[in-house]
Amino acid sequence: MTATPPDAPVIETRDLRKEFVVRVRAGRFRRAKRVVGAVDGIDLTVRRGEMVGYIGPNGAGKSTTLKMLTGVLSPSSGRVRVCGLAPVAQRTRLALRIGVVFGQRSQLWWDLPLRDSFDLLRHVYRVPAAEHAARLRRCRAELDLDGFLDVPVRQLSLGQRMRGELTAALLHGPEVLFLDEPTIGLDVVSRQAVRGFLAELGAAGDTTLVLTTHDLADIERLCRRLVVIDHGRVVHDGSIEALHTRYGSRRQVVADLDEPLAEPPVLPGAPLLRTEADGRRLVFACESATASDVVAGLARVAALRDIAIVEPDIEEVVARLYRTPTPVDSGAVQECSITSTAKVPGASAS
Amino acid sequence: MAEWTYRLRRGPAYLALLRGQARSQASYRTSFVVDLVSNVGATVLDVLTVLVLFRVTRELGGFDRTEAMVMVGLSSAAFAAADLMVGNVESLRQYVRTGLLDAVLVRPLGALPQLLLMDLPLRKASRAVFGAGVLVVALATAELAWTPGRVALAVLTPLAGVVFFGAIFVATASLSFWWIDSGEVGAAFTYGGRDFTTYPMTVYSGWFRALFAYGMGFGFVSYYPALALLGRADPLGLPGWVGWVAPGVALPAAGLAAAVWRFGVRHYRSTGS
Ligand SMILES: Nc1ncnc2c1ncn2[C@@H]1O[C@H](COP(=O)(O)OP(=O)(O)OP(=O)(O)O)[C@@H](O)[C@H]1O
Ligand SMILES: [Mg+2]
Repeated sequence: MTATPPDAPVIETRDLRKEFVVRVRAGRFRRAKRVVGAVDGIDLTVRRGEMVGYIGPNGAGKSTTLKMLTGVLSPSSGRVRVCGLAPVAQRTRLALRIGVVFGQRSQLWWDLPLRDSFDLLRHVYRVPAAEHAARLRRCRAELDLDGFLDVPVRQLSLGQRMRGELTAALLHGPEVLFLDEPTIGLDVVSRQAVRGFLAELGAAGDTTLVLTTHDLADIERLCRRLVVIDHGRVVHDGSIEALHTRYGSRRQVVADLDEPLAEPPVLPGAPLLRTEADGRRLVFACESATASDVVAGLARVAALRDIAIVEPDIEEVVARLYRTPTPVDSGAVQECSITSTAKVPGASAS
Repeated sequence: MAEWTYRLRRGPAYLALLRGQARSQASYRTSFVVDLVSNVGATVLDVLTVLVLFRVTRELGGFDRTEAMVMVGLSSAAFAAADLMVGNVESLRQYVRTGLLDAVLVRPLGALPQLLLMDLPLRKASRAVFGAGVLVVALATAELAWTPGRVALAVLTPLAGVVFFGAIFVATASLSFWWIDSGEVGAAFTYGGRDFTTYPMTVYSGWFRALFAYGMGFGFVSYYPALALLGRADPLGLPGWVGWVAPGVALPAAGLAAAVWRFGVRHYRSTGS
């Protein structure tokens, strides 16, 4: 085994690109070639134990990136290393060290019970029996597999199968786990089971996780680091808080008053976003002021009936990010226009 | 770790795939027996066609029935065994079209062996047994003058034939990495090649014979070895040792097919969803 030094990046890409040549109809019989840059120069460094949420709008290039990281697709150009290996050239070696769940592509034997698939995978990955049994026991308990271990995979529901897929990806104790939309189609309970399980895995600290999803609650729960891509490029790489700061999404204080005020109050560092309910409800954004500053300031000028503090909504921030053409780093003009457009839906809803 | 020991250690993994396939098929047990029986059909038909031909003619391309049957035997034994083991590489087209190959490529095993073992058509086993049977009967009835050399040739040739047909299967199936609708073209070479090797190639002529017999090498897996076994000179004028070159054609063909396959896997583009 090629041991990687403990602090070496587990995943490293430099200017990674993938182009697809697609043929499109051009006239009745002619077909024109068109080049689609699915992944268009991605630099990514992920260290051991990190849990990375890899998100982006439909067609952004998430799955394509994951396929290049797992050795399924050869990059058009650029450099990739995963666990110190070249994914395509050293595909089978790498496969022993990573776990993969592609929502749509099953790793399980369609006609066999889950139990049999797990047993066969033990041989495929050459896992010592005791280790395998221990991991399986844990998955059975946490993902609640016992009810359908003996049912042929073709008869499982989507959610049951996905829990099976996740188990299948973990039985060989992978160093890195790539999950492409692992919670798609799961009900609330299964979703929570999967999230809880992954969170625990992440907390142990030696499994690196890269997760794509359209359910941002997955990310909030699991990933400290968020990589957002659009049109094959990274548009954000950092914590969720950093994203909120960058796009000016703040905590909001919603104050219900007994009586509307004649003059809207001016609080330093907390602009009034909107007034609702004939002036009985005021919504402030906590920019430089803290929530308690806002509450204290308000209490001085008005009689308060109720106070609510609303956390910034990740969906909203991400939606803004997706709508932005190409974010300009530290672009003040950009940020203003985003904030103003984002207010529109909130204002019209009242 | 040396590459070969690394590969050797995958043996049990491949056995597991085979076990999975056997168990999956056993879950449809009733149809399996029917499949076994009905699958002999196609090969029986090939043999019957040749036998029926000899009802209307005494010779075929200058060979009598027992002689022609040696060629039929060499061809059907090799083809049926290759078809059993490698024939379902044709399903690659489905894997590429649907993107299912993704799941194959993330496992720590070679893509080709996985594909072959995962849906190994065990029902075709009856065909392979029948094909080998035809060869044994044909050799027995041809009243050959057996020498140690000829015994070796009679064993070596069908084995080389299996490798050769297997290579054709893999090479033609690999086309679907670039061109998904390549099925008919592939069949032209695999099944076309089998038909070509079934008859004495003296019945064909011109560029067609040159292409299949020498260009692609089909002449060296049944026709020429049969001549050597029968102790006959080649009416087309090649020397006697040509009857022995089957392994020399099969191994490079296998190497070439493996290279095409590997090149193809790198061109795999998966699907968007
Ligand atoms: N096999 C392919 N052939 C041609 N184009 C492809 C192929 N796979 C992906 N693409 C194109 O590449 C781009 C990125 O696709 P990709 O599947 O990586 O997106 P994604 O971010 O996973 O989207 P989603 O959220 O919808 O899953 C898309 O424009 C898609 O049309
Ligand atoms: Mg995707």
